[in-house]
Amino acid sequence: MHDTTAHAAHHAPPTSFIRKHVFSLDHKVIGKQYFALALLAAFVGMFLSWLMRIHLAWNNAPIPGLQFLSPTGAPGGVMTPEYYLQLMTMHGTIMVFFVLTTAPFAAFGNFFLPIQVGAEDMPFPRFNMMSFWVTFVAFVVLMSSFFVGDGPTLGGWTQYAPLNAVGSVGGPGQGTGVVLWAVSIGLFCVGQLLGSLNFITTTLDLRVKGMSLMRLPLSAWAWFITSCMGLTAFAVLMPACILVILDHVAGTSFFVASNLVMNDQVLPHSGGSTLLWQHLFWFFGHPEVYIAIVPGIGIVSHILVTSMRRPMLSARVLIYSMGALAVLSYMVYGHHMFVSGMNPFSSLAFSFPTLVITIPATIVVLVWTFSLYGSKLRINSASLFALGFVSMFVSGGVSGFFLAQPSIDIMLHATYFVVGHFHLVMAVAAMFGIFAGTYFWFPKMTGRMMNETLGKLHFWMSFVGAYCVFMPFHYLGIAGNVRRYASFVDDYLQPLLPVHRFITVAALITGAAQVIFIVNLIHSRFWGKPAPDNPWEATSLEWSTTSPPPFDNFGGKHPIVYHDPYQYGVQSSVGDYVMQASPEQVVTEHDEK
Amino acid sequence: MASTISEPVQADPERLPGNGQGRNGDWNNFVRAGGAPLVAVKYSPPPSSTAIWVVLFAITMMFAAFSSALIVRKGASLDWQTFKLPSILYLNTFLLMGSSITIEVARRRVAVFMAGARSKAEHPALWLYITLSLGLLFVAGQYVAWGRLRAQGLYLATNPSSSFFYVLTTAHALHVLGGLGGLIYVIRKLNRSILRRNTLVAAARYWHFMDALWLYLIVLLWIKL
Repeated sequence: MHDTTAHAAHHAPPTSFIRKHVFSLDHKVIGKQYFALALLAAFVGMFLSWLMRIHLAWNNAPIPGLQFLSPTGAPGGVMTPEYYLQLMTMHGTIMVFFVLTTAPFAAFGNFFLPIQVGAEDMPFPRFNMMSFWVTFVAFVVLMSSFFVGDGPTLGGWTQYAPLNAVGSVGGPGQGTGVVLWAVSIGLFCVGQLLGSLNFITTTLDLRVKGMSLMRLPLSAWAWFITSCMGLTAFAVLMPACILVILDHVAGTSFFVASNLVMNDQVLPHSGGSTLLWQHLFWFFGHPEVYIAIVPGIGIVSHILVTSMRRPMLSARVLIYSMGALAVLSYMVYGHHMFVSGMNPFSSLAFSFPTLVITIPATIVVLVWTFSLYGSKLRINSASLFALGFVSMFVSGGVSGFFLAQPSIDIMLHATYFVVGHFHLVMAVAAMFGIFAGTYFWFPKMTGRMMNETLGKLHFWMSFVGAYCVFMPFHYLGIAGNVRRYASFVDDYLQPLLPVHRFITVAALITGAAQVIFIVNLIHSRFWGKPAPDNPWEATSLEWSTTSPPPFDNFGGKHPIVYHDPYQYGVQSSVGDYVMQASPEQVVTEHDEK
Repeated sequence: MASTISEPVQADPERLPGNGQGRNGDWNNFVRAGGAPLVAVKYSPPPSSTAIWVVLFAITMMFAAFSSALIVRKGASLDWQTFKLPSILYLNTFLLMGSSITIEVARRRVAVFMAGARSKAEHPALWLYITLSLGLLFVAGQYVAWGRLRAQGLYLATNPSSSFFYVLTTAHALHVLGGLGGLIYVIRKLNRSILRRNTLVAAARYWHFMDALWLYLIVLLWIKL
């Protein structure tokens, strides 16, 4: 590595345990903290989905111990319909915010963005620390709603008005539960805004000499684009949460209409707009989908190109496509509201960009596919999960074509078809991106390799399992199975129960397979094979430093960047690649010809 | 593909830390009162100049959300009652506009001070203190305005129009208080002779933005309420 002269550290290394591991200013520690939080949240969210699936498949079967979690919500271990909705709401909220946003963006981004641009840390380390701890408090506030009053809110992760603002008359959890939800999400917004501030300034201002924007790795580009999206989206969700809280605690009427009667009570609110919430929420909510998936696109591109040992067909096209996804994501939010009674012309106006947004998404997939074609792909856990991401992204994305058209959406809206669609394209795909990132970067984060056999076993069980769980959802939706129902007993949906039971068994097995990941993670952390500095023979700056990196990332020096990020398939002194920080002149196959 | 060796991208000289030679405008290296030169922090890019635009963008989005909520809510029902804005708001507007002028004077004075033309007669922090006072007066004035509305029986939940008035003015006042915190930070840095040009510029930009935002809000409230 060619270095400039030694630079003083941005901030001094901490010495006390608290400053080192708890209230740390180091972006790497903060990244790990985010990762741990996301892992915890993922298991809570998955556990909730297990409870829901068991209830859907065997409606009156008691779940041992559930009565202790909520004596009123699950008397004798059998959950009430309201409690089912409460668990569903918490599952969605935890997964969307505290897993899909936190892990691929905040966790990996915090750890690797500064290293990939060659910086010692983020420019505002205190804000960075606050960003994590505010997010952590948000998670605690959300979880506290399980133990406060009549439990968490039952309104779904979208918290539609007027149910979100009427108070406890709306059902269990609609009083304190909603307030805690709104406070939690409001805090989460603050955390993500602080994070975005650091990500944007790190990318624009802290790049080392030679690191032009177009020399940034694709993962860094993805985090940068995501932070721009987060800045716009979370700044809108926060005011919406404030207005909901005011409707609850101050008696204002932002979202509740006049003369609304609920449970035989005339509500005191007047004149509020229920659609206002949907507009504010989905202006955030749709970009949020891309906030979850774009980091995955970047991470997967970064891993695939390293495994293919040759550059992408066009990194620029990938970057522009990610940018196009980000911009278009703000123009399509109305497609969530096709059945809200909006003007049919508005539906058309939102339908068109929704179909247009499939173009950059398709371009991304085509670039991956044609880059992979004929490559000698190195198969390992990371590249398998990256391929799994591509598969899930395509499978889930295809059903988006149907839902984008208002006339079809009227039929499929609020059915399991939608559940299958967004779980594949956003949730499972993003999870595969997280897994791919973990297997790829674990050696750099901890200095130890993960077990490949366990990793591959984890992949195949997750890959097959995810399809077994989420593909049948499409069939259920087409058959007319509505979502958010707590049971399908004694109604026209009863013939579909065997499908639900199949999904539940698949979900239990797929969930159990995640234990393999945890065992691998913990075992490798302490007893894994020591990792070399560059185990994957990769080129970007994070592989130019030690595993794990020192406190200031590059040992008091700043690298100089000489190359584009993905110089594979070349002849160099170290093999078929040349690192970004290497001043070596390289000869490509093209030059030889 | 041709060889990828190329000259490293040239760093922008404006963004490089100072070399200790006291170049014109290189505020990291001005001489302290004791005479000992400050050692420039080597790792000193100016992210604050980028960060402030990021912050202002987020605040813009936040108030855009509140504004669109106001417009939608007003059109959603017939229960919207108009009321006369308390006249003290116009005085507050002048105070805030005045503070924008004083911070600009402060920025220029501090620049002259830091460039080396120091003079004890012109205390560089004086205009910052004046700005701080005007900001505090503005917040106090807003508090008086809320009191006037309460005296008329207009509370947060009385009507959606009053709800939006309180929400918008409170959100703005909280941001102004944040700006006052920033000014105190700048004054402390200046007094310890470790103020960076970018920090001062960022604080001034934020303050001007608070002024512009208030002008927008008062026009919006005047039209809609």
